[in-house]
Amino acid sequence: MADLGPSFNASVPKTGKNATKPQRKWVPAVLIAIAVLYLSLVLYIPAANVFVQAFSRGVGTFFKTLVRPDFLFAARLTLLMAAIAVPLNVGFGLCAALAIARRRFPGRAFVLSIIDLPFSISPVVAGLMIVLLYGRRGWFGSALEASNINIVFAIPGMVLATVFVSMPFVAREVIPVLEEIGADQEEAAKTLGANDWQTFWRVTLPSIKWGLLYGVILTNARAMGEFGAVSVVSGNIANKTQTLPLFVEETYKQYETEAAYSAAVLLALLAVVTLVLKEILERKTRIKDAN
Amino acid sequence: MVSSPQVDEFQKPPARKTFLTRLAQVPWTWRVTIGYLSVMLFLPLAAMFLKASTESPANFWRIATSPIALAAYDVTFTTAFVAALSNGLFGTLIAWVLVRYDFPLKRLFDASVDLPFALPTSVAGLTLATIYSDNGWVGSLFAPLGVKIAFTRLGVFVAMTFISLPFVVRTVQPVLTEMEKDIEEAAWCLGASDFQTFWRVVLPPLFPSILTGIALGFSRAVGEYGSTVIIASNTPFKDLIAPVLIFQRLEQYDYSGATVIGVVLLMISLVILLGINLLQAWGKRYG
Repeated sequence: MADLGPSFNASVPKTGKNATKPQRKWVPAVLIAIAVLYLSLVLYIPAANVFVQAFSRGVGTFFKTLVRPDFLFAARLTLLMAAIAVPLNVGFGLCAALAIARRRFPGRAFVLSIIDLPFSISPVVAGLMIVLLYGRRGWFGSALEASNINIVFAIPGMVLATVFVSMPFVAREVIPVLEEIGADQEEAAKTLGANDWQTFWRVTLPSIKWGLLYGVILTNARAMGEFGAVSVVSGNIANKTQTLPLFVEETYKQYETEAAYSAAVLLALLAVVTLVLKEILERKTRIKDAN
Repeated sequence: MVSSPQVDEFQKPPARKTFLTRLAQVPWTWRVTIGYLSVMLFLPLAAMFLKASTESPANFWRIATSPIALAAYDVTFTTAFVAALSNGLFGTLIAWVLVRYDFPLKRLFDASVDLPFALPTSVAGLTLATIYSDNGWVGSLFAPLGVKIAFTRLGVFVAMTFISLPFVVRTVQPVLTEMEKDIEEAAWCLGASDFQTFWRVVLPPLFPSILTGIALGFSRAVGEYGSTVIIASNTPFKDLIAPVLIFQRLEQYDYSGATVIGVVLLMISLVILLGINLLQAWGKRYG
């Protein structure tokens, strides 16, 4: 965005940093120092601490946690959460984006806010709503009990909670991309005889793929990392309803700090991978913008 | 609830149709969207509001304003507000530094700002509780001064600051990038001091986005559970926040208590959301 291209620069005198305005030299240094100090206190020291604590007693304790059955179960359950929540929310997000992005209608902003709503709701309140709906004394409680289906304090409720909190990401990332590319190519494809499916698969999808992937990565990170909402509906039973984020809290409360940090370091690695992919995708979309 | 009247503007064929044929013509993308939202979002919302409506207003009011609840709101909102303000100040500074200056590893600093979005909140709570405890890396610096951070309200503040950090930076950064440097230079040429230039020229156009970022961060901090529950001692009247109170009520099978406080929290979130939308509209008019 900031680059106006070489042809533009030729006519405008180059205004480099401090070229026209003799700034006091120490101001940037002080401001940068304050920014880095603040970020260190809030982000970097805590992040570094995760890795230090996990490996300070040697990699032996780390690997000892990795083979614990309750840890392995929690890790598998975490993967399961993402494996269900991500495809569901990708399907929804794509439908919502295709339905909303290209149209102007009254109340459009309102519909967009509704899709974003799960982000404004406290995860605990999200969990509470699921308990009130599917719990024993909830709306569907007696019907579910009669047919012997457990949702709350069981895996289905945790899936519902995970889906809820990670719902908006895909729609939110894909809608602006669809708005920007416009409908010309799709209309051309349709005029040339492509059906809806072909148009979507061959024309729309290739042009939104990076935005979509970005949404998928964010959905996945949230689905694997969600704690609050899942904690409310899970009951937190080891080897039954415990995901990795819950395992971290539970082991910490039981003074098994090493185990907590071993699991935490894996989740922190997930966060780092997420950020790296995010950065790569942002760069890819930015390069596309420039062209 | 949404679609039929809105769809027909792009469905050209004749205007006279019965409601049912119109309904059949709602594109399937809309049907999936509305169906999914109904099951996943509207149904749970309805369950909570209906549960709350079974309480008599007097009872609702009694639970919502019980001393323990009032203390929890106080801790939640005051602390979230201070954390959001702190991020408002330092987030703007970070955005400024990232946009205007060049320094080594700048890209890495920039990317790392999003860490709180990606790091699971229980991990954040765990590591913050360790570092800010009395014998932790940072906590031990404050302990001799008699300042305890972890397991007090200050700990809640630290956790809330962590999770709401990216919002202000990410709302201010794009506005700052788009801003023309010429105006600043003009102000400076006309004799304004650095401070005047910043206060009168740079800050006003940034203001809507700073406020939006503060509101977004505040909203996130108010609802936060994972990191705050770990770093706080969760003692009523001291550092018990509203989401933790809801959780405790549920654990005691006090569904009415949980629901009432949940509804209060949700209504406040909706008001903040409305405020954010208005702020964003204001920001657009400015740009």
